[in-house]
Amino acid sequence: MKTKKYIPYLLVSPYILYFILFVAYPVVFSVILTFNKWNIISPMQYIGIANYKRLFQDAFFLKSITNTIIFLVIHIPLQIIVALFLAEILNQKIRFRGFFRAAFFLPVIVSGVVVTILWQQLYGFETGLLNRVLISLGLGRVGWLVDPSWAMPSIAIMATWKNVGLYIILFLVGLQTVPKIYYEAADLEGANHWQKFKNITLPMINPTIFMVVVLSTIGGFSLFIEPYIMTGGGPLNSTLSAVLYIYKQGFFYYHMGYSATLGLFFALLILSVVAIQKKFIEREK
Amino acid sequence: MRRTIFYILLTLGALIFLYPFFWMVIASLSPENQIGNLTFLPSMLTLSSYKQMLSKIPIGRSFFNSLFVSSIITFGVLVLGSMVGYALSRLEFRGRNLIFYVIIFTMTLPFQITLIPQYILMVKLGWVDTYWALIVPYLMNALGIIMFRQYFKSIPQDLLDAARLDGCGELKIIFKILWPNSVPALVTIGIITFMASWNEVLWPLIVIRNDHLMTMPQLITLFSVGGAAESQLGVKLAAATMLALPIVLAYLFFQKYFIESMASTGIKE
Repeated sequence: MKTKKYIPYLLVSPYILYFILFVAYPVVFSVILTFNKWNIISPMQYIGIANYKRLFQDAFFLKSITNTIIFLVIHIPLQIIVALFLAEILNQKIRFRGFFRAAFFLPVIVSGVVVTILWQQLYGFETGLLNRVLISLGLGRVGWLVDPSWAMPSIAIMATWKNVGLYIILFLVGLQTVPKIYYEAADLEGANHWQKFKNITLPMINPTIFMVVVLSTIGGFSLFIEPYIMTGGGPLNSTLSAVLYIYKQGFFYYHMGYSATLGLFFALLILSVVAIQKKFIEREK
Repeated sequence: MRRTIFYILLTLGALIFLYPFFWMVIASLSPENQIGNLTFLPSMLTLSSYKQMLSKIPIGRSFFNSLFVSSIITFGVLVLGSMVGYALSRLEFRGRNLIFYVIIFTMTLPFQITLIPQYILMVKLGWVDTYWALIVPYLMNALGIIMFRQYFKSIPQDLLDAARLDGCGELKIIFKILWPNSVPALVTIGIITFMASWNEVLWPLIVIRNDHLMTMPQLITLFSVGGAAESQLGVKLAAATMLALPIVLAYLFFQKYFIESMASTGIKE
């Protein structure tokens, strides 16, 4: 049974229209913008590669990259360890598994705005719940959001709390695909828990680990609402994230050309970091 | 013995994930001066934080805006996504693979690159401070198309052939034949899309400045960051609680679907 020739094109035409308007045009226009100076109101002004030159002398740009690295270095391992640990336990014969799963997952579905406003209070210096707990344990206060060396790690901890539920589920799915017979064979050879974990579980869930690393990396470069609400990028720019910096250049100063240059550069950075991670993890296999 | 340790660890974990939310709700119902040392229950519960919040921001209106925008986006993604997904999975035409690869490519494209030019596009179209800016750029979703395409592939050809013999057109096939047989895909894509647009905040912050068009997360963000909350914790937490409430309520009833939907997007990527 043949359908009329034009019908498939009619059906995909909304996508083509969308692609031209919201993907192709913006990508091309963003490259053009990087060679121009523009505040939207006055006419665009061609300035050659000045935006690119500025990029490599911009201390805030470098700061936003180091901040992202700090975030990722804490967030990724923490997330993998916590998620794998809880998933391993949930994978045992456990009652109320559904309840625990649902509880761990709750922060995932709640808006980042809610989580950030809530944690801003938990991290409060004088009366925040976390410092009150530390004091009652006889320890000193931590300047979670006021100490420049603590602020980004604090955001990384919060982000882990928010996202880890999703990764618990993904690891759980991954663990359940490992054939039981592998473990039985290892038991026969007298392997201990650690050996079984290292030689059977880890290689089998490698694809899941890769996914967690990639999704967390993209998340780190997309960090925005957390520093925007909690710290405004401070103290001393210690939480200035990539997207927050794009936002500030674009919508505080109306430097559209430079802001687009930042966006283009961060996008290329994300793609190359993910490509490197892919190479690295595939080699590990 | 080992079992007991597992249960203790899991319970501790559950407390770490649940207690902060409990604290947030309790704090929003406490007198302002008790929040600083609140751990379990205040001496009295009061709605004063909620009353203050209601008098300061148009939260009802923002709830309507969020609901309106998210519903239309979800409906659009389901209708348009299934049209494209159907063409890509069940019809033969030149350029089909090209379009498929283009869609895959757009999925890997970081949004950082399109953020500024998309805003400029909104300015040029005159869409700043309109619902159009909130809705139109989200009506298509690459992940949705890919998931529909995948799901439609699994539906038996006989079903489609029978419908064609009965004289069904393509749209009728999609919405009368495929949809009733694709409920899991519709639920999954519907939930992910609705949640993503309900929780979106960066884009509204960029394209909406008028209080009365703001979405709920945007309004509450600006309320919390700006001076309007007058650094009263209770009022901020009341606003955050209101924002969490609709999604948490939905989650309580459809928890299984939420978890499965979100997990399936992770697996697809």
